Amino acid sequence: MKKIRIRKGVYCDSVRLLLLSREMGDLDGVDRAMAAMATPTNLEILGQLGWSLEEIGDVAENDLLAAVDAADERTLDAAFQWLETRLKERVSGTGKGYHPRTLRTAVADAPSANLVQISIPGAYAFREAKRALMNDKHVMLFSDNVSIEEEVALKDLAGDRGLLLMGPDCGTAIINGVCLGFANVVPRGPVGIVAASGTGAQEISVLLARGGIGVSQLIGTGGRDLSRKVAGRAMRLGLRALAADPETEVMVLVSKPPEPEVAERILTDAASCAKPVIVNFLGENPDRITRGNVRGAGNLEEAAQLAIQAAGRRAISLGEGGVPALVEQERSRLKPGQRFLRGLFVGGTLADEAMLLLKTELGTLYSNSPVPGCTLLVDSSVSRGHTVLDLGADEFTVGRAHPMIDPTLRNFRIVEEAMDSEVAVLLLDVVLGYGSHADPAGATAGAVEEARGMARKDDRDLVVVASVCGTEGDPQNLDEQEQKLRDVGVRVFASNAQACRFCRELLRSGHAEDS
Amino acid sequence: MQRILDLFSQDLSVINLGLEGFGDALTDQGVDVVQMDWRPPAGGDRDLMKILDQMEE
Repeated sequence: MKKIRIRKGVYCDSVRLLLLSREMGDLDGVDRAMAAMATPTNLEILGQLGWSLEEIGDVAENDLLAAVDAADERTLDAAFQWLETRLKERVSGTGKGYHPRTLRTAVADAPSANLVQISIPGAYAFREAKRALMNDKHVMLFSDNVSIEEEVALKDLAGDRGLLLMGPDCGTAIINGVCLGFANVVPRGPVGIVAASGTGAQEISVLLARGGIGVSQLIGTGGRDLSRKVAGRAMRLGLRALAADPETEVMVLVSKPPEPEVAERILTDAASCAKPVIVNFLGENPDRITRGNVRGAGNLEEAAQLAIQAAGRRAISLGEGGVPALVEQERSRLKPGQRFLRGLFVGGTLADEAMLLLKTELGTLYSNSPVPGCTLLVDSSVSRGHTVLDLGADEFTVGRAHPMIDPTLRNFRIVEEAMDSEVAVLLLDVVLGYGSHADPAGATAGAVEEARGMARKDDRDLVVVASVCGTEGDPQNLDEQEQKLRDVGVRVFASNAQACRFCRELLRSGHAEDS
Repeated sequence: MQRILDLFSQDLSVINLGLEGFGDALTDQGVDVVQMDWRPPAGGDRDLMKILDQMEE
């Protein structure tokens, strides 16, 4: 029997709720359980899992939902009681025994702290980030859903005080070799990165590491930094800092499609630096970027390769040999009616890069977050034709953990897409590193097997292609992660660009017509 | 700018406000971390929160 209980105005962070959900699901007699904030996305998931939403009544995003499926009423009550007890517990585990409730006490407790990392809901993030800056602390602001006006105010405050503010919506940074947010374990070295895109920065740092080159600093700016309103405030400051940093010999700038005027201002700054600067502004023609010491790169992989060259190393091959034979082998899985690609991404920049690499070949390409030349998917819960989804977009993450931490949403979607008889290929990204799920490939492999099972019932098969963004130093173990994917028949590539080129070849010649 | 360059030459010491997993990752990397036990101020009541902020300023 299934039941939902609501706790009004009770807050708990999404990752803790995810862990509590798993533990609650493991209690004796409990078949399935979910504890989550009452956001529209979470309500939709509960509905999909078979709970009746009618009994809930009016709920707000500040309310906590506990949903339990158990054998009998007594087990249900025991599970709800268990959750109540756990919710009352204060944080445990991290750091020392004392956990201050306010930033003021935290600063007093740790006066030598030099950075505040903030990952609370966006509505509260501005006031805490401002407090941190006023206390002369550098800030990594992971939170999204912060207004653009607040972003400008925070960046101006940081600029005035000479402090580093990374974010809002900064997913990735590496400062002094330490991974903040979602970041991979890469060696220290001569390349400094300033990134307005989290997974873009992860992909470049990982490919640099595969090429034997390390990173001096990886400064995140937040995804909107190169918009007209924010005007590249953080990227320009980051560029100046790396230009003055003696450890940095080569700089890499990366951003999702920027506002042209802002891009131009940054390129002018870059051209005045004495160091080589490699720039990947997704969707921008590299030839228009290249000038003097500045080299434009067409995609993330090329940016890494150019940086390796600029640092005095020969560009390396990333092992893309034998593609035609592999394409034929994979194509033999497909039936004539199977012609569409569904890209299900946890990394926003990787989704953007996929669209840019695929749109010319595939024709109409839909997305919840389209790059120029692609078409907005009006209802992001239903794919059509060729679709590339950014499952880390705000619409999917309010009140729940990012899909790099919680694979539930993508796993649903992997199975859902497989039920569409016109789908030929699923294109995925699997991102390792600190901050990410402990076993992302394992979680994905389970869904891929289920998806294949669904397709086979209908006498079909699917091609599943994935890139793995990770290094041997990452906590998840790169080799094992790749093997888990290969074990369920996933075609694995070392970069997203390679995975996209493979899909492009696969869908060429007759499979790629639009509906 | 000098403050940022100074940061690049110091050991990181972090106050983590939010997801505990991020704090745990820093501890794993040998970084000093103070994990806050943050809850929405004023029980999430935005109006009350504004009044508290004004009082503080």
